[in-house]
Amino acid sequence: MNSRTRVAAIEGWYTLDDPPHLLGSRCGGCGTYFFPRLSTFCRNPACEGTAFEDVELSRTGRIWSYTNACYQPPPPYVAADPFVPFAIAAVELAAERMIVLGQVIAGVDVAQLKVGMPVELVLETLYSEGATDKVVWKWKPQVPA
Amino acid sequence: MEAAGARVSREVAVLGVGMHPWGKWGRNFVEYGVHAARAALKDAGIPWGDVQFISGAATMRCGYPGYVAGATFAQALGWQGAQVNTSYAACASGSQALAAARAQILSGGCDVALVVGADTTPKGFLAPMAGYRPDDPDWVRFHLGITNPTYFALYARRRMDLYGATLDDFTAVKVKNAAHGAANPNARYRKRFTAEEVLASAMVADPLRLLHVCATSDGGAALVLSSLEYARRRGGSVARIAAISTVTPRFASNEVEMPDIATDSAAAAASHSFRASIAARAYEEAGLGPKDLSLAEVYDLAAPMELDWYEYVGLCEQGGAEALLRSGATRIGGRIPVNASGGLASFGEAVPAQALAQVCELVWQLRGAAGERQVRNAKVGITANQGLFGHGSAVIVKT
Repeated sequence: MNSRTRVAAIEGWYTLDDPPHLLGSRCGGCGTYFFPRLSTFCRNPACEGTAFEDVELSRTGRIWSYTNACYQPPPPYVAADPFVPFAIAAVELAAERMIVLGQVIAGVDVAQLKVGMPVELVLETLYSEGATDKVVWKWKPQVPA
Repeated sequence: MEAAGARVSREVAVLGVGMHPWGKWGRNFVEYGVHAARAALKDAGIPWGDVQFISGAATMRCGYPGYVAGATFAQALGWQGAQVNTSYAACASGSQALAAARAQILSGGCDVALVVGADTTPKGFLAPMAGYRPDDPDWVRFHLGITNPTYFALYARRRMDLYGATLDDFTAVKVKNAAHGAANPNARYRKRFTAEEVLASAMVADPLRLLHVCATSDGGAALVLSSLEYARRRGGSVARIAAISTVTPRFASNEVEMPDIATDSAAAAASHSFRASIAARAYEEAGLGPKDLSLAEVYDLAAPMELDWYEYVGLCEQGGAEALLRSGATRIGGRIPVNASGGLASFGEAVPAQALAQVCELVWQLRGAAGERQVRNAKVGITANQGLFGHGSAVIVKT
């Protein structure tokens, strides 16, 4: 039995469903997407929209670029001890025509990544506090390299 | 869109330039600023009392005196009743302070202006304020472990996969700039690094090694500007500022840039390159183009970004930067030397001083006063930089 609790590391930015989605906004006036969510004024200079609907963003995309973190980042990053390096990808979402950054799932390093590679969104633990796992979105290669 | 006032001369003269050497001195930023200001005034042959407008580039790291840098420098030089301005625009702060001085001169508000930027930087990673602050993109990206070198590495990796850039190309940029900087008395690092030394430094963010990424530094830079009429009355030849671009991005900006987690969405609006638009606006204003350039000073926050800038300032087409680098064109002695000063690779970044330091280098080069790092027959130069929250600038200086 799993007695661990799973909560979002950053509240309101993504769903905890299976499969998970990033939560964005779509302008009712011009259809522009925003991530993180926006609820005030549309940023498209040609649009005066003030009404937005919450939308789940595409959970698949293609890698725009990628790298890794070899040094332990400073707080507010919560590092494991010892620090475990991780990969990072910037992913282009086709329908939204936007690029979203995120960590790549544990166990995948830059040698397994390539610009243009299809990836999907999953949830993984960013850090844990006692019996609580703080989860965040991560990118997972759809086809093993 | 036509540049406003493009047909009217918007030029101003640079009468003097001065710097405090870059380093990790750990002293108060005001000291560097006043040192640079006095050097620029001496270079111009103008007493401080004759300056009618002082324009400071702010620093966010040194408390209230840094937020009101123009007044802070004025007080340290001795209050003398000049009008004052302070500008903050991240990496473009110096250029905005310069633009404020130019506007004051061109509107007839003054004949002589002093522009100063200086900084004292903390050690290590630049990190955001503490607490749980998910509304601040800067907090979120650090929470995810996305630091400044992450972004630099993303640009580098993309060049490798798309344009065939190699680790050796990135290293060659660092080695070139270190060789240039070795001849610059104001540079923090005067060592001629070898490719082996660069490649042996620790990996920070693949493919970037520590020596591919610039440091943060202390330093100060200053310029004395005047109207062309004032300069003419004094006689002699002076460098002129032909353009200052401080444009914002255009929606939808396609730039993956600090500190954002996501780019604009181009679902309903055309996609634009911010970095390319910075230099384009400067060329438009000066009535000049990349072919007119003798040299360029660009923002090599990490070595591969110099290659991106070759393309953004129009030295070559997109994807052509590696060939341009390998041809030797961007070395001193080549067709279009880039970062003859040594660039950020040799200086490290002192944010409010950096854009001004780039202009100082162009002025020394155009005067033929750059010593061992002199670019032959330099007539026209451009600077380019870009930083957080939609700031960037380009300045064109000509003889």
